[in-house]
Amino acid sequence: MTEFLKRTSYDDAPLSSAKHPDATRAEGSATPRRDDEVVSRTVTINRPREELYRFWRELSNLPRFMQNIERIDRIDSRRSHWVVLAPGHKTVEWDSTITADVPGELIAWCSTGDASVRNSGRVEFRDSPVGRGTEVTATIVYDPPLGALGKLVAKLFAREPKIQTRQDLRRFKQLMETGEVATAQPPEAAPRAA
Amino acid sequence: MRALTWQGRHDVRVETVPDPQIVNPRDAIVRVTSTAICGSDLHLYDHYIPTLKSGDVLGHEFMGEVVEVGPANKKLKVGDRVVVPFVIACGNCFFCQKQLYSACDNSNPAETADMSEMLYGYAMTGAFGYSHLTGGYAGGQAEYVRVPYSDVGPIVIPPGVDDDKVLFLSDILPTGWMAAENCDIEPGDTVAVWGAGPVGLLAIQSAFVLGAERVIAIDHYPHRLELAKSQGAEVINFEEVRVREALVEMTGGIGPDACIDAVGLESHGFTLDNVVDEIKTAVKLGTDRPHALRQVILACRKAGRVSIPGVYGGMADKFPIGALMEKGLTVKTGQTHVQRYSEKLLAMILEGKLEPTFLISHRLPLERAPTGYKMFKEQQNDCTKVVLKPGLKQAA
Repeated sequence: MTEFLKRTSYDDAPLSSAKHPDATRAEGSATPRRDDEVVSRTVTINRPREELYRFWRELSNLPRFMQNIERIDRIDSRRSHWVVLAPGHKTVEWDSTITADVPGELIAWCSTGDASVRNSGRVEFRDSPVGRGTEVTATIVYDPPLGALGKLVAKLFAREPKIQTRQDLRRFKQLMETGEVATAQPPEAAPRAA
Repeated sequence: MRALTWQGRHDVRVETVPDPQIVNPRDAIVRVTSTAICGSDLHLYDHYIPTLKSGDVLGHEFMGEVVEVGPANKKLKVGDRVVVPFVIACGNCFFCQKQLYSACDNSNPAETADMSEMLYGYAMTGAFGYSHLTGGYAGGQAEYVRVPYSDVGPIVIPPGVDDDKVLFLSDILPTGWMAAENCDIEPGDTVAVWGAGPVGLLAIQSAFVLGAERVIAIDHYPHRLELAKSQGAEVINFEEVRVREALVEMTGGIGPDACIDAVGLESHGFTLDNVVDEIKTAVKLGTDRPHALRQVILACRKAGRVSIPGVYGGMADKFPIGALMEKGLTVKTGQTHVQRYSEKLLAMILEGKLEPTFLISHRLPLERAPTGYKMFKEQQNDCTKVVLKPGLKQAA
């Protein structure tokens, strides 16, 4: 059974809204350290939980709405190889493994070995309590490369994980609800949704 | 194609820009036959709305002929004549399913949606030709437009109906209608309307259709007040009289039951220093505009209804929250849920219950759009509505 990650034992606000999120509270991450960055965001998507889970579990679908992921190659049922665009037209690559998988509810993953950007993530799918579809919460925990300076540089290129996660989840919602990713760009500059 | 582009403050030009193409499966391309300049386009012209980029194609009131449809569009056919709502709405999200189309969660692309979330707390909906806050979609003052989710927004017009009769279904007719609907009019009610521009005038017409006993229009342009009279309204010239006192006397001391602010405020508060400067430099009306909403709230009767179709963008200074609370006013506002009203209002036009063409003062070829903007901005008394016709030959 998955649980919405709480900031503390005494209030109901999720970890994502914490002023000083404590990465060690983000369950599912492999070896969290207190100074790791945590980003988290929730959206309600007007589609059934199982459908959203299935789409996300097929990891090769992720580049359709995650703009900074160039591609994800499947190694086996749990392991995959990620090629991710980084600031300055570079790419970084790592292997990732699924650490938790509850059909229709939860997928968690974690980078393995000596990934240049040590990171883990989880996505939770919960029925909206009032029949509005599914509440999807994505949480990413990562060790920011070059610390605060790297984060600032990333922000300039809009690849800062917080901005990236927010925009990726918007695109995930668009794709699942409308079958396409909203854009005002001409075809050659539009985000790849297919 | 040719299109009206924004270049800077009070600088719009018709230029040759790339033709739009189908991008997403539900898109359609529309060849524009009629497109209007909206009062809210003047906010762009005056550069009160941030995030405009040089070269942006403006225009959000347009209609035309479908010339291409995407593979997932099951509704439109090439050759259909359509009016296109200014609000871009997906039809699938929580908001669209509640017919709250102007709150659509999906039509603003992810990057631009982020900007508006920072301003308003939640991401705003996409719209045509209205800055990058609403998605940066190219607008309708052009020969061709790409229409996203074209299986939801565009309404097909039966053959033989003149463009001018139905063009305003794109924005100002449903906007005037929703303004009146938001007044929750009861039999015997008096509705006061601030601003006898296109939206105010159509709100007057709508308020009568919705059962208002009396409508009182407030403006200072004699010709616009005459048009209000032609729609059956009583009129007040705010340059001649003290408005609140006049309204109190005209309503037997009770006050108007519902008040509509169809004036709006040129976006306040995006940059504070800018606001002060802009208000000072705005011609005549500038300093009166923030005044309108305060006056609406003070003049409305106790437990009355306030409807705000006028566009606001930022912060208002000295807002009479005390009067609002102590009198127990109900406020309704928002961008228009155009798609909710399209079918109903088209039927009412065809039955002759609504007749919006009286607004049109000028019909110009698209090439003369810059003249249209200048006239609409500077000659507000006579220039009530400019309709651009891309097919119209330019006078020699």
